[in-house]
Amino acid sequence: MILKIDNVTKNFGGVTAIKETSFSVAPKEIFGLIGPNGAGKTTMFNIITGNYVPTSGEVLFRNEAISGLKPHHIVRKGIARTFQNIRLFSSMSVLDNILIGFDFQARYGFLEAIVRFPRFIGEERRIKARAMEILDYFGMSALAHEKAVDLSYGQQRKVEIARALATNPDLLLLDEPAAGMNPSETEELGDIIKKARVDFDLTVLLIEHDMKFVNQLCDKVLVLDYGKTIFEGKPADAIQDPEVIAAYLGDFHND
Amino acid sequence: MNSLMIKKEQWLKVAFVAITIWFIWFANSHFDEYTVRILNNIAIFIILAVSYNLINGVTGQFSLEPNGFVAIGAYVAALLLVSPDAKQYQYAIVDPYPFVLTLHANFVVALFLGGAFAATLAACLSFPVFRVRGDYLAIVTLGFGFIIKILAINTPEVTNGSLGLNDIPEFSNLYWTGGIAMIAVIVVLNIINSKFGRAMKAVRDDEDAAIAMGVNTFKAKTLAFCTSAFFEGVGGGLLAALLTSISPDLFDFFFTFQLLIIIVLGGLGSTTGAIIGTVLVMGGSEWMRFLDEPMHLFGYTTTAMPGMRMVVFSLGLIFIMLFAREGVMGKRELTDLLKWRKKGGK
Repeated sequence: MILKIDNVTKNFGGVTAIKETSFSVAPKEIFGLIGPNGAGKTTMFNIITGNYVPTSGEVLFRNEAISGLKPHHIVRKGIARTFQNIRLFSSMSVLDNILIGFDFQARYGFLEAIVRFPRFIGEERRIKARAMEILDYFGMSALAHEKAVDLSYGQQRKVEIARALATNPDLLLLDEPAAGMNPSETEELGDIIKKARVDFDLTVLLIEHDMKFVNQLCDKVLVLDYGKTIFEGKPADAIQDPEVIAAYLGDFHND
Repeated sequence: MNSLMIKKEQWLKVAFVAITIWFIWFANSHFDEYTVRILNNIAIFIILAVSYNLINGVTGQFSLEPNGFVAIGAYVAALLLVSPDAKQYQYAIVDPYPFVLTLHANFVVALFLGGAFAATLAACLSFPVFRVRGDYLAIVTLGFGFIIKILAINTPEVTNGSLGLNDIPEFSNLYWTGGIAMIAVIVVLNIINSKFGRAMKAVRDDEDAAIAMGVNTFKAKTLAFCTSAFFEGVGGGLLAALLTSISPDLFDFFFTFQLLIIIVLGGLGSTTGAIIGTVLVMGGSEWMRFLDEPMHLFGYTTTAMPGMRMVVFSLGLIFIMLFAREGVMGKRELTDLLKWRKKGGK
């Protein structure tokens, strides 16, 4: 198991966002985290990435407890994420956005940068070449010097995923990657995720509302409702599960 | 393409150094003393503006401390530069501590220690300050500036209180101020065009996203703050050796305010903008001195109006900010403008 969520609870004051949730993600799996709004999905992401510390329970990444570590250390261990609302660096070019992902992988010091040591020049060349490779993979190398915010919505999503991949992750967390996309863009995104999983050796954990997208893409899903797990299994079974339907559509069967 | 861009950057730098050195030589041998003095002032303020812009503009951390760090640099340099003989007679309020009288160093060491002192203090400050985000930094650094001024007044054993330090040897000339300004600009540009500068810009644009990319944002902010403090300290030392006497009143909040005007006018986040802003504000306010004097307009002779230039200056500032919200340069650099022209030519 690459990621193990062990009995995690998160309270905000009196509100329980996540209650005693456990699940594990196997290597190379595409795992869907679904549930109605306010179910605690993004909170779960923020716990995995270290932005929140769980009230109780433990997050294990490759059998190592990571809850309590600083977010930027968790990234360096191999967990990258994208955001629900696109958060690119607005003043920077597409290439510079990707290069931020290489920030901790460039091996030169502050003084070496100031006096332009040979190691600085070598390392900058290396990470720029690798950033261009990633852009090439997404078919966007022609846009490298454009401002990231000038791109179309679909392209900005791709830049965000490319930027996350630049941190060289083993586990990629995607927060509603298909939100705001049209059907053809959604389909293209699904293909990219499937292809990237193989080419970058990834495990993917994603939050999504588009059930068709989840059904096509995910090997396994977990359905959360008000912080509780109500279903875990194949996505095709999830849409037929009465409890899941009740959570999404309202519980009118029992009325 | 990348190697080509690095080459282009190197050529621009060589051209910049050559032009600066030629200009310093030309100004020194052709301009009168008054103009050289203004140029000295401009060079020192370029150092201060470019480094202040690194924390305020590039890293986007709104801080109000330069007067504090400039004061530290100026006092450290002055204490090291004033000869022990000259110090004997200066301390009129109380007797100085014995070690104060023995302090002495040459110009380069004095400037460096002034900068190092300021940078060390900045490093200590950054621990409490960068733990929280947003406006706290502005408030804490504003307070810091006041504390330094009050300390300068209330420790007469070291600083000679409100009388300040006098008889500082006039070491600063255009070769020193212009040369160090050139070095400061190159160092700051080299930082901006490295992973450290990218991290600083990422912090400005979206700190959470930067953290999610594995950037140690605390380190990025601290590096920007300390670099900025270092050059502010060095600039303070140069200022002390230019003015030959310093007192706490010199380093009040208006000093910071002037720098803030410069970098906002030039364009927050642009090093080119900081240089242009310095020339506009420092040069412009000198050039407009004729407005204070009696003028002959359309056959009338107006009386002298002291302060008229500040009125015109403020109006000019308002107009620039109305028509160029992001300052003269915005976030762009000279190199961006050159690139743009090339694209247009295609």
